[in-house]
Amino acid sequence: EADAALRPLQDVSMGSLTMYVVPETSSLLPQGTSVYVGKHRSALVRAGGSLPALHARLRQVTQVMSFTATSIAAALSDRVPDGRLSPDARRSLKSSLGYEITFSLLNPDPKSHAVDWDIEGAVNRYVKPVLDKLSLVANFSVDSQILYYAILGVTPRYDKESSSFLLSAHSLPHVINPVEARLGSSAASLYPVLNFLLYVPERSHSPLYIQDKDGAPVSTNAFHSPRWGGIMVYNVEAPASPQASLPLHVDVDMARVMEVFLAQLRLLFGLSREELPPEFLLESPGNEGLADWELDHLLWAHTVENIATVSTTLTSLAQLLDKIGNIVIKDDVASEVYRAVASVQSAVAELAMGHLHSAFQASKEAVTSSERAFFDPSLLHLLYFPDDQKFAIYIPLFLPMAVPILLSLAKIVRETRQRKKEPTKMD
Amino acid sequence: GRAAALLLLLLLAACPGPGRAGAGRERRDALREELLLSPLSTGDVAATFQFRTRWDADLQRGAVSHYRLFPKALGRLVAALGVRELHLALTQGFWRTRFWGQPPLQAPAGAELWVWFQPTVTDVDKAWKELSNILSGIFCASLNFIDSTNTVIPTASFKPLGLANGTDHHLLRYAVLPREVVCTENLTPWKKLLPCGSKAGLAVLLKAERLFHSSYHSQAVHIRPICRDASCVAVSWELRQTLTVVFDVFSSGQGKKDWSLFKMFSRTLTDACPLASQSKVYVDISPKNKEKELLEVTPPPTSVHEAVVQGDKKTYAVYDLLSPLLFNTSRSLNVQLKWKRPQDSSEMPIPVLHAQRYVGGYGLQTGEICTLIYNTHPHRAFPVILLETVPWYLRLYVHTLTVITKGKENKPSYIHYQPAQDRRRPHLLEMLIQLPANSVTKITIQFERALLKWTEYPPDPNHGFYVGSSVLSALVPSVIAMKDVDVEQSPLFTSLFPSSDGSSYFVRLYTEPLLVNLPTPDFSMPYNVICLTCTVVAVCYGSFYNLLTRTFHVEEPSRGGLAKRLANVIRKLRGVPLL
Repeated sequence: EADAALRPLQDVSMGSLTMYVVPETSSLLPQGTSVYVGKHRSALVRAGGSLPALHARLRQVTQVMSFTATSIAAALSDRVPDGRLSPDARRSLKSSLGYEITFSLLNPDPKSHAVDWDIEGAVNRYVKPVLDKLSLVANFSVDSQILYYAILGVTPRYDKESSSFLLSAHSLPHVINPVEARLGSSAASLYPVLNFLLYVPERSHSPLYIQDKDGAPVSTNAFHSPRWGGIMVYNVEAPASPQASLPLHVDVDMARVMEVFLAQLRLLFGLSREELPPEFLLESPGNEGLADWELDHLLWAHTVENIATVSTTLTSLAQLLDKIGNIVIKDDVASEVYRAVASVQSAVAELAMGHLHSAFQASKEAVTSSERAFFDPSLLHLLYFPDDQKFAIYIPLFLPMAVPILLSLAKIVRETRQRKKEPTKMD
Repeated sequence: GRAAALLLLLLLAACPGPGRAGAGRERRDALREELLLSPLSTGDVAATFQFRTRWDADLQRGAVSHYRLFPKALGRLVAALGVRELHLALTQGFWRTRFWGQPPLQAPAGAELWVWFQPTVTDVDKAWKELSNILSGIFCASLNFIDSTNTVIPTASFKPLGLANGTDHHLLRYAVLPREVVCTENLTPWKKLLPCGSKAGLAVLLKAERLFHSSYHSQAVHIRPICRDASCVAVSWELRQTLTVVFDVFSSGQGKKDWSLFKMFSRTLTDACPLASQSKVYVDISPKNKEKELLEVTPPPTSVHEAVVQGDKKTYAVYDLLSPLLFNTSRSLNVQLKWKRPQDSSEMPIPVLHAQRYVGGYGLQTGEICTLIYNTHPHRAFPVILLETVPWYLRLYVHTLTVITKGKENKPSYIHYQPAQDRRRPHLLEMLIQLPANSVTKITIQFERALLKWTEYPPDPNHGFYVGSSVLSALVPSVIAMKDVDVEQSPLFTSLFPSSDGSSYFVRLYTEPLLVNLPTPDFSMPYNVICLTCTVVAVCYGSFYNLLTRTFHVEEPSRGGLAKRLANVIRKLRGVPLL
């Protein structure tokens, strides 16, 4: 409540943090917590015994709420050699101008289960607020579909003790490939797709649980794959009487499902809350799904990644031009390159000054211009003959003509040398 | 594991939605599937599958769409590109109208795509290009070869088959690729669009190894807007996927003309698709000469349906896969057709309208395209619209166009001709011709063959160049008056084309595609030229140069040498003085 009251006092610009230091004995913070992190870019820190301890605590808070060296390395994960990264670093999606999110319900057994889900209501209630908050980062579009007779490629094992079917952790990677053929590619747009699948197992394979690496069943019965999406298994209880009429009508509990999917969405964007020291207390962001400072974190990461992408693209374009001298660069391609360079420079300058929003916009413009310059179709035309074709045409004609000429030149040289020797002999 | 930990920190504040009653959710889409088996006069049998998905939704650009039975790939395509109607057909083989009768839905050999766009689309050509490229990806067909050299804008032949507010023909594009081949890799994505896939219902019969072992195979996708109900206040989308295949006696190997589902498809039907609201098999058992029945079907049908289709009264035996009586006796349904008595050729009914097209002339410079249209109705005349699309490299001479009926000239009442532009646009010729009763109309036009640039020849240029089929659209007068059909109640094969009144029915026929040889250069000439020039240069120039620049030395007489000693030996033998 204090946080909400303090909010109007702050300078609410993006990328900035406000920290309020509270005396050690204050009762504002509950016992055992020394830092309270709000959802609007501010934090309450309890003063430690001494100034260095306070410094250390403040540094910890900064590392949590803003970026660290590891998070920047994670953003540049494609360009950093492998040894220096933590295993989670490659989980987050690459920065893009837009994303498509598709929710699919897989029903492999429509004869036994007639599954209904109120996806439209669930998207409006749960997903839309999160996407509205994220709309600064990229454009989002949401779709959903129901696929029938779509099976997982893996046969689950039957476990007698729990009388249920289990999918072990090492068989999970094999699940995605057969399903992806049915999901349909988004032919009408160029943005990367995030797939969230809800699988209702067949009557003969119910109930189905996912095992993690230790062998215990996962409580949410879901797993996600980095840069692709997530899959959740939704078990339907067996009918009360064995003679119940098939198909069973199933109404999916969208709140439970959306909880899992939104958590997976946060993980896929790289917003995890793993490395928190125990005395920290985080305020929950409520319906919006993520706090303001997490949004800033995402923007930092995307801006850095965009700048790295632009520099790589322009460098490869320059190297290409060095190698193939024949390519003609048109004026509009050149202007795109200039615009990309100018945008990158302004993005870096804005980042140094801490203006996150304008830096992000500049980096987006830079990426668009550099991609447009690099993938311009006019670069693909080779306007002159390549060198080996020239050789193939001219050599069969000129070589037979050149051979006698070269031979007689050699003869002439030999004769002049001999004549030079002879006058000396005769003399 | 991780997701679990995060859930404790993530609290969704909104209350869950009010509990809904599970059963009886109002569905906004419906699926009907149907198979029609019609025996043809020559002993062959034609099987037509139709899968119709009807969706009461509005596919607007930018609105979030939630798909259930309607496939997401096509729905997003229609929404993103502003498509009002889409018709795509991939065909292998030719429907012989003269022997087989009028088809329920015919398609030309190769690939045919015609699309009506919404009036809100500003750049129709750009949308057309994107559409053909995306469809080429979805159906694994080379539709990306559709460009301005084979796209035309017909003015009268292709009116919208669904609801339409106004028909500005600049929103229509038509293209045909006669060289396209249809195979299993086109069938698989077509089957993937069906809600039940090929796992349940009628689609289990669609196995590629039997379907392509036939004389005619055509698969098509039709998307159009239709009225949601009789008052036509709201619009629904309809997706029809049709597959027509003709199995013929000779390729199936046996001499007997008895057919069964197992013999045709090597599968039988076990159940209906659980998502379909209707799943039926119709068998055409109409008596041919109106006296006695020709065909016997086993097992006994669940009901018999009579309808007037294409001007003729026809009787159908119906098997309803959703009725519980059907699978009472046996687990699978294998419909068998047996001929009761042998057929003679005098019973073959001749269709009212059929056509033929061929290339006349000789040599590689000029030629003539002749189209013959037959009207075999004894006393009724009717008009027909002929659409011809000829590629630019066959230069048509319109002043040589002649239309002759019964020996006299027959002037068309409407001609639309758009000449070709080299490498940019094909010829388009549309004519409205009145066909008198019981007559043959011959339409001829002369052309000249062009010489292409050497990079424009396709691989294997001596195979020839294809000219797409011409399209004949007509309202054929029917013998029996037809009642207005209610789309939801009547079988699917009767509601394909909208009928304007009861006295005539709409027919669209395609003629044969033509294969024309263009003057083809010899592609080995550049190699020959290089070899010849280099040889000439090496031999003539080399020896000339040597002659001009040779210097002479005085040589000491040498003592011997092998040649001289050999020559001396021979001289000794001959008794001639030695060298």
